[in-house]
Amino acid sequence: MSFMPVMLWSDVLVFLLLAAGIASAWYVRQREHLLLPWRRVAESATAMVSLLVVSLFLLVGLLDTLHYRVALPEKNGGVTVFSPEVLSVFDKLVTTLRTQTEKTYSAPLAVTLYAKESITDAQGRVLRDYPRLRYGGAHLTAAQQQDSDVLWRGLTGVLGGLLVGGLFVGVVGWAKRSLPKRGNGGHSCPPYTWRAVIIATLIIAALIGMTVNLAAAYHVLGTDKVGQDVLYLSLKSIRTGLIIGTVTTLVTLPLALLLGIAAGYLRGWVDDVIQYIYTVLSSIPSVLLIAAAVLMMQVTIDTHPQWFETSASRADLRLVFLCLILGVTSWTGLCRLLRGETLKLRELEYIQAAQSFGVSTLRILTRHIVPNVMHIVLISLVMDFSGLVLAEAVLSYVGVGVDPSMISFGTMINAARLEMGRDPMVWWALASAFGFMLVLVLSANLFADAVRDAFDPRLNCTEVVA
Amino acid sequence: MGEILNVSGLVTKLRNGARIVDDISFSIRAGETYALLGESGCGKSMTALSLLRLLPDGVVHAGGEAQLDGVELFNLREREMRDVRGGTAAMIFQEPGLSLNPVMTVGEQIAEVLELHQDMGGAAVLQRCVELLVQVGIPDAARRVTEYPMQLSGGMKQRVMIAMALAGQPKLLIADEPTTALDVTIQAQVLQLLRDTQNETGMSLLLITHDLGVVAEMAHQVGVMYAGQIVEQSSRSQLLAKPLHPYTQKLFAALPSAARIGQPLAAIPGSVPPLGSITQGCRFAARCDKAWALCNEQAPQWTVVGEGQGVRCHLYSELAAGSLLSVAKSENLQGESDAASVGYPPQVSSYQLLQVENLRVHFPIRKGILQRVIGQVKAVDGVSLEIPQGRTLSLVGESGCGKTTLGKALLQLITSVADSMRFAGQDLIGANVRGQRAAMQMVFQDPYASLNPKMRVAEILEEGMVALNIENNSAERQAHIDRLLGQVGLARNSKWRYPHEFSGGQRQRIAIARALAVSPQLLICDEPTSALDVSVQAQILNLLKSLQQELNLSYLFITHNLAVVEYLAHEVCVMYLGRIVERGTAEEVLRSPKHPYTQALLSAVPRIDGKGVERIRLEGDMPSPANPPPGCYFAPRCAHAMDICRASYPPATKTTATHIVHCHLHGDGLH
Amino acid sequence: MIAYLIRRILYAIPILIGVNLLTFALFFVVNTPDDMARMQLGIKRVTPDAIEKWKQQRGYDKPLLLNSAGSGTDKITDTIFWQKSASMFMLDFGYSDDGRSIGREIATRMGPSLAIALPTFLVGLVVYVSFALLMTLFRATALDMAGLALCVLLMSVSGLFYIIGGQFLVSKLWHLVPISGYSGGVDGFRFVVLPIIIGVIGGVGSGSRWYRTIFLEEIGKDYVRTARAKGLSELAMLFRHVLKNAMIPILTGVVVVIPLLFMGSLLTESFFGIPGLGSYTIDAINAQDFSVVRAMVFLGSLLYIVGLILTDISYTMVDPRVRLQ
Repeated sequence: MSFMPVMLWSDVLVFLLLAAGIASAWYVRQREHLLLPWRRVAESATAMVSLLVVSLFLLVGLLDTLHYRVALPEKNGGVTVFSPEVLSVFDKLVTTLRTQTEKTYSAPLAVTLYAKESITDAQGRVLRDYPRLRYGGAHLTAAQQQDSDVLWRGLTGVLGGLLVGGLFVGVVGWAKRSLPKRGNGGHSCPPYTWRAVIIATLIIAALIGMTVNLAAAYHVLGTDKVGQDVLYLSLKSIRTGLIIGTVTTLVTLPLALLLGIAAGYLRGWVDDVIQYIYTVLSSIPSVLLIAAAVLMMQVTIDTHPQWFETSASRADLRLVFLCLILGVTSWTGLCRLLRGETLKLRELEYIQAAQSFGVSTLRILTRHIVPNVMHIVLISLVMDFSGLVLAEAVLSYVGVGVDPSMISFGTMINAARLEMGRDPMVWWALASAFGFMLVLVLSANLFADAVRDAFDPRLNCTEVVA
Repeated sequence: MGEILNVSGLVTKLRNGARIVDDISFSIRAGETYALLGESGCGKSMTALSLLRLLPDGVVHAGGEAQLDGVELFNLREREMRDVRGGTAAMIFQEPGLSLNPVMTVGEQIAEVLELHQDMGGAAVLQRCVELLVQVGIPDAARRVTEYPMQLSGGMKQRVMIAMALAGQPKLLIADEPTTALDVTIQAQVLQLLRDTQNETGMSLLLITHDLGVVAEMAHQVGVMYAGQIVEQSSRSQLLAKPLHPYTQKLFAALPSAARIGQPLAAIPGSVPPLGSITQGCRFAARCDKAWALCNEQAPQWTVVGEGQGVRCHLYSELAAGSLLSVAKSENLQGESDAASVGYPPQVSSYQLLQVENLRVHFPIRKGILQRVIGQVKAVDGVSLEIPQGRTLSLVGESGCGKTTLGKALLQLITSVADSMRFAGQDLIGANVRGQRAAMQMVFQDPYASLNPKMRVAEILEEGMVALNIENNSAERQAHIDRLLGQVGLARNSKWRYPHEFSGGQRQRIAIARALAVSPQLLICDEPTSALDVSVQAQILNLLKSLQQELNLSYLFITHNLAVVEYLAHEVCVMYLGRIVERGTAEEVLRSPKHPYTQALLSAVPRIDGKGVERIRLEGDMPSPANPPPGCYFAPRCAHAMDICRASYPPATKTTATHIVHCHLHGDGLH
Repeated sequence: MIAYLIRRILYAIPILIGVNLLTFALFFVVNTPDDMARMQLGIKRVTPDAIEKWKQQRGYDKPLLLNSAGSGTDKITDTIFWQKSASMFMLDFGYSDDGRSIGREIATRMGPSLAIALPTFLVGLVVYVSFALLMTLFRATALDMAGLALCVLLMSVSGLFYIIGGQFLVSKLWHLVPISGYSGGVDGFRFVVLPIIIGVIGGVGSGSRWYRTIFLEEIGKDYVRTARAKGLSELAMLFRHVLKNAMIPILTGVVVVIPLLFMGSLLTESFFGIPGLGSYTIDAINAQDFSVVRAMVFLGSLLYIVGLILTDISYTMVDPRVRLQ
């Protein structure tokens, strides 16, 4: 075997989440009444377009989650030795971006470095000039050709992207039309939603086409201090952001659901204890609690270096712990909501009917309470996602976020911020980190809004009571 | 007398185009009361809101005219319209508790109207506020004016709403179900107040209601609405004497009353269609037993039948043409003719299924820093009752008297204390409750809250059987479910559907089937029809009655609706403030009530025959069960109260073998 | 009502004890003082002597909970728990790693923190509520939709961006105010104005949207329909009826943060070089000064609980239902 699959802790959790997601999607598909609110989501053009964008981010994140280690050419007594560097399928796909590092800063699409250096030319003279990049625009004989080459590559990229995108839309459209509809599936998205999605697909395809074509020869978003491609860094940051935004829910969800409905349904001393716990936790300002916990985790990690085989696994464990800590500090809000809702539900007559049959408490909780609070859980999960992605950047900036060696929006911003003082300013790393984050968070927010509108019973009172 | 309001061709639409108020025309003369009568969802409230241009978001006025005191309302600019609202025309709403601003004092809220429409200011405002409160019969008005709505009872809040409406000296008062949320004795007070005010001020009243009794008591003219249209319009006396439209006839026939004991009510099949769902033909055709092909094809036109009387029905447009004269003649109020098939009273048995003695449910009141118990809310305070097999015991009382708590305590959903509690000869106290679960079941009030929206009908029905190990395996249970659905009159395929696909009446059928699934002997029905329309209520009452005969069930029927009691009950208990004040057979309690409270309760019910008993007006509200008055709880409101009533709670007095009353008037001391 | 407040205050005590135990567990049980010493001294050159010395300097050389060697009350008081955690109840925060009194630092740094946080809070409140009222007034129109879209956009931007972008634009490009720094008195105005503006802008999105939701929920209630039926204008209805009722949910979210204003903002203060508690905390985190972090955690939760009690008091002022219970 020339490579060895590696399962980092965060990978395991991501796959767990993925499995849970697929399972619940399958479960919902079987049940018409659960499907109903999702139909409303599907009717919203903004929701579907933002879902498209989020799914692209998810795709990158998932590809970046399939990790492996490459076998080294030399063997140690017949046993294959694997490189300590952990790569992902995504790394493999963008090998050129990853490996073609320059010496230091270069602007987006530049062919030279950002600062003048002393260069020894062919004649042996020493000049102060902008040295050419090792990879960026290396195929050009003269720097003056850059503009026309960029334009040409950009245009062909756009056309290629449009072609692929159009083909994709056509295939999907044909499949939808020719495949027999399932059951009563006569209810599909309104035409304007389809139009919006098609237009968005084409635009995104064009953008991707352009970027891919340009990235083959240039650093589309420039390079950073050690010459790494900023586009590569930004794409790698996606996985970190997504993990923070989703894996955290693995902690919050069980805690909040279990404690919230237990407190609301059982009341009495159980309620007192649970309320006490969440008041204590929420009384500590969350940044401070996270800071304190992360500091403590760092001490543990630093004093036990022998636990980690590779630096990636150390950084990864820190990421998982960060999610854990974020989860522990953020479940209280949802718990309070669920407790309140359960208090309301337990007075409802169908619960009392079940009680009068002598249905066991556990069964009442699982059959009656949980299904009827799931909409709150879902709304709060999608609403929290974007907040968590933003929080990662802030925490990493403060120094209590992910491991400094892990690529994330926060570490990118932190590194780039130091160059604010440079004149002229190195702006591209900051801009792309913020830009990528904005696109991700904005589409997540828009999607979350649509989900909330569709699921919140208070918001969809379309029937007029006369 | 001139016309104050003249509405013609009013149309109101949803944004999606559905017409929820469709071509409504009527007029109200000065000093008169016009009642818009209709079931829920017929568009009567929307009509009122359209007139004041207060439609909620998503609903728009789409045509028609309305002149109020000579002013065309729909031509006014918004600023001018504001002078009309609260000025020429005022409005009061159904829920007085929600319709008042909770963080403003009563005085401030009335003062707003005075400042807007009467150009008053300064000290005069407060003076006038107090006057208005006095006018609507609020005692201690000078103090009340500085109080917040939460400090007032429901009836008082509606009085404040009326005072607020009167503050602008309106020529027209629109009252949207003004008494629906109130108890029957309070309803009587508020209706009386409205009549008195009308006599004093000469204003007109547009009364929106679903209650035929209220119409009979209040209205001069009546418009009957169905699915967004007025289907019949006439004077009150004409309507009560000879309703024309099949719908109106059915409404009357569906009313439960003592006169219909032993025969099923004329229920209207199906339920009110959703607003705007029917676009072709007569909107009532699907539920009408006189409908013929034409009714489904062509919408009937408005037909004037006589002086001030009109109807929207093909029967009469044909009649006008002179061809179908006999049809109308043969109409009678009884409607359905299959009455004879299920007419007999259930067998009388002396076997007491449930015997309870001195049942008490007390909730502690906690107060202070340490939350010490400083008192008890005696929600149910020493109730004793017996329910014979196969019979119906009706528990009557106003809201807050503890009747629902009593029902739940019997089911052990609430912990209670009792001297003895025997079910089918077995002692329930300290016994294994689980074993007895199946024998008693409950049907709840709100069909929308009593079914889990996330479970299929089959799962709902199966739950109790699984929990109580009834039927051995899944196949048997499924067969049982099919049987149950048949019993309650639902299609067999409904078992794979979810509750939201059913109407209120159908949901109540499912709830009944759920209770029956475990083959109980006693069914506790907690206001099972109070959330339903009259036409649907009749269906459910018929079902309950036939189930009783079929399965020899006993019912504990908890209700505030005395008409239902008359129709259904064999025995009646009247409850006041946690205690039973009078019990006996239905005949005894309803025909010769002994307790002044029972008498007041009975006389407060508005009757459609117009020959109600002599009215007994109750003053004030029911006291709080946390702090009951000394002596007889009813003494502070009782017209016959004596010194002894304020000193000691009256013991039980037997007037006949079955009739027991707790009242000093009938006590041994007087005889 | 007094009893109610006293009960709320008494309830705060077990919460604070809980916070104290939690921080104690976090700082002294998850990692022993030995671990911390090893970490601070660097993994390579640790000798048992060095660890002992480090612990002795900082008073970490005592037993955790119970000193069996001590006598009498010393058994309890001569322990890490008593000296480092329980003493915080007396607001005795001890000394930071560089030997300064944490209590005194807190006292001097509260001023600058407040100079930024309080105006940000007040201006923000006014701006968000006004914007939300405007959207509510024009609800379900294009203006409302545009406002809402703007809110979603603004709240999707990282807070770091507002600070970095603002500094770049206003200070670096336009040279309107100094990039960072602080001085007391009137002169300090030019230092605080940018952080305040950025703080307000950073919260416009989520703030206005939250208030809008509250207002819309109130607008749907029955008493608003009554107010309209009286002939009140839309504006009068909004200000006299809706705003007054909306105060209750607004206070729930707002009053609780007022005491926390003392804590300052970590990001703003560190970017703008404000010598407040926020930057103090950040410095402590970066220097891994556990005493300071511990003190700030305790102070933060103390202030939060004060906020909760203030919220309860404020309810009694706006809601007669609470006042009269």
